[in-house]
Amino acid sequence: MRNTFIRTLIELAERDERILLLTSDLGYMALETFAERFPQRFFNVGIAEQNMIGLATGLAEAGFIPFAYSIAPFAVLRPYEFIRNGPIAHHLPVRIVGMGGGLEYGYDGISHYGHDDIGVLRVQPGITILTPADYEQARSALLSTCHLPGPIYYRLSKDDHSIIPELNGRFELGRTECITQGKDLLIIAMGSIAGEAYQAVQDLKQQGIGASLLVAASINPPPLDDLRKKLSGHRLAVTVEAHHITGGLGSMVAEILAESGGRCKLVRCGIEEPLDGVVGSQRYLYDKYGLSGQMIAAKALAALQQIGSSKGSTYE
Amino acid sequence: MESVQIRRIILQQAKRAGVGHIGSALSVADIISALYGSVLSIPNPGHPDRDRFILSNGHAALALYAALYLKGWLTEGDLDTYCSNNSLLGVHPESRVTGIDFCTGSLGQGLTYGAGAALAARLQQSRRRIFVLLSDGECNEGSIWEAVMFAAHHGLSNLIVVIDLNGQQAFGYTSQVLNLHPLIARWQAFGWDAQAVDGHNVEELESAMNALETTSGPPHVIVANTVAGKGVSFMEHQIKWHYWPMSDEEYRQAIDDIEDFR
Repeated sequence: MRNTFIRTLIELAERDERILLLTSDLGYMALETFAERFPQRFFNVGIAEQNMIGLATGLAEAGFIPFAYSIAPFAVLRPYEFIRNGPIAHHLPVRIVGMGGGLEYGYDGISHYGHDDIGVLRVQPGITILTPADYEQARSALLSTCHLPGPIYYRLSKDDHSIIPELNGRFELGRTECITQGKDLLIIAMGSIAGEAYQAVQDLKQQGIGASLLVAASINPPPLDDLRKKLSGHRLAVTVEAHHITGGLGSMVAEILAESGGRCKLVRCGIEEPLDGVVGSQRYLYDKYGLSGQMIAAKALAALQQIGSSKGSTYE
Repeated sequence: MESVQIRRIILQQAKRAGVGHIGSALSVADIISALYGSVLSIPNPGHPDRDRFILSNGHAALALYAALYLKGWLTEGDLDTYCSNNSLLGVHPESRVTGIDFCTGSLGQGLTYGAGAALAARLQQSRRRIFVLLSDGECNEGSIWEAVMFAAHHGLSNLIVVIDLNGQQAFGYTSQVLNLHPLIARWQAFGWDAQAVDGHNVEELESAMNALETTSGPPHVIVANTVAGKGVSFMEHQIKWHYWPMSDEEYRQAIDDIEDFR
């Protein structure tokens, strides 16, 4: 998504002089294309994330649309209070770009993981939160939201190759995108880990179990209507996120489910325990935390058995 | 705009609302008087090319509200809602108030906004200036120095910081809590043009601010030597008046003192 996002940002910046790009000294070998095309509109502010968000606030007050780039925890957690008191409190169009949301910086360790970025931002209703699942959707999300009023957080992945089959770059603010339809359970995925969720759907299909798969890329505004409708039509919902199970997608779905009075059982797949410092590839960490497609499918199966679901339903 | 008018409003409103932070507001009263009296160029509060002012030490907001009232941007009725239910005039500034560009209150943030605002002015080829008032204790915050480095690196000569150097912070004297000395040398070492002035001499403040080269060169810091609680005899240099509200007797005494001080 990273290169696609920057390419798309350049396209937008060609048409809109208000767009600026700030980085706190990250994005090496990724942001240069923007910097070369718009040297006067690119600022490496140094390793100073609090100042980066404050600068962006001051720039946005004067009419600019600044994009502030860093790795997810440095973009969100270090300057969190600046985000709250700056662009959110002033309702200014600062765009925060968090790279590697989840466990993508697997070998870099806890400091570099974005396993809590959505949770801390979701308690701030004044910021749009977008979590595209692949590079095509990241492009659509950027194109359709760049000029929204108020701040936006784009949680992105470095992956510029993988796609979620059938997603075809669809994105609509406040909606989910439906990938597969099945009667036995509903799987809802946030971000690029939707690829694992898709794999789980395929595994379940081979066992005769039909799963609906939704990609939730609009976390705020939340896709209330889509989720209420889908949740009411299933007995089991499984959320999939590279994030702690508190605060993120699983929490959002739990809130919507509880408030809508639904009887659907919910299983949250995410990071459940405190991180232990063990590093590894994203793939390794997905296995470690029970987030591979196979393990998601196994959790779904166990839950279906628990609620007495009959196997062999029709897969649509 | 006379400082005594600002001080009178500070005392009246602080007494009516039963709220503290009086010492800080009195400390910056002359700086605010200089800024809003003659330095800031603000044709109207919505003018895109107006100078920006950021009260980074937001807890001195009562002095700012007084200036906005004296400029005619707040009514007396507005002012009388200070710290009341359903008012936008709280202890710290809110940007929904006419004449206030940035919300502040969390120390260490205003200068980062100011650096962004100064960069914006330069990108827009505007000659507008950005004034940021900091408290000295606020220079404890690391984010101040992030912004200080950025502004110097980018030569933001249109950025003017005034430091309210009253030597006090909430728990005690800055020299005892976290020593800032030598403050001017530190800012100079970071690449800023720095000078000291008497922070209670409005003419000196005005001439220092108006003489600055704001189209090229380094950013500017004016270290204003002030006294917390200035103008009220029993508040000057006293730590407790950072937070303390006044009794009826103290209020009468304070009003007498500022009339004598003018």
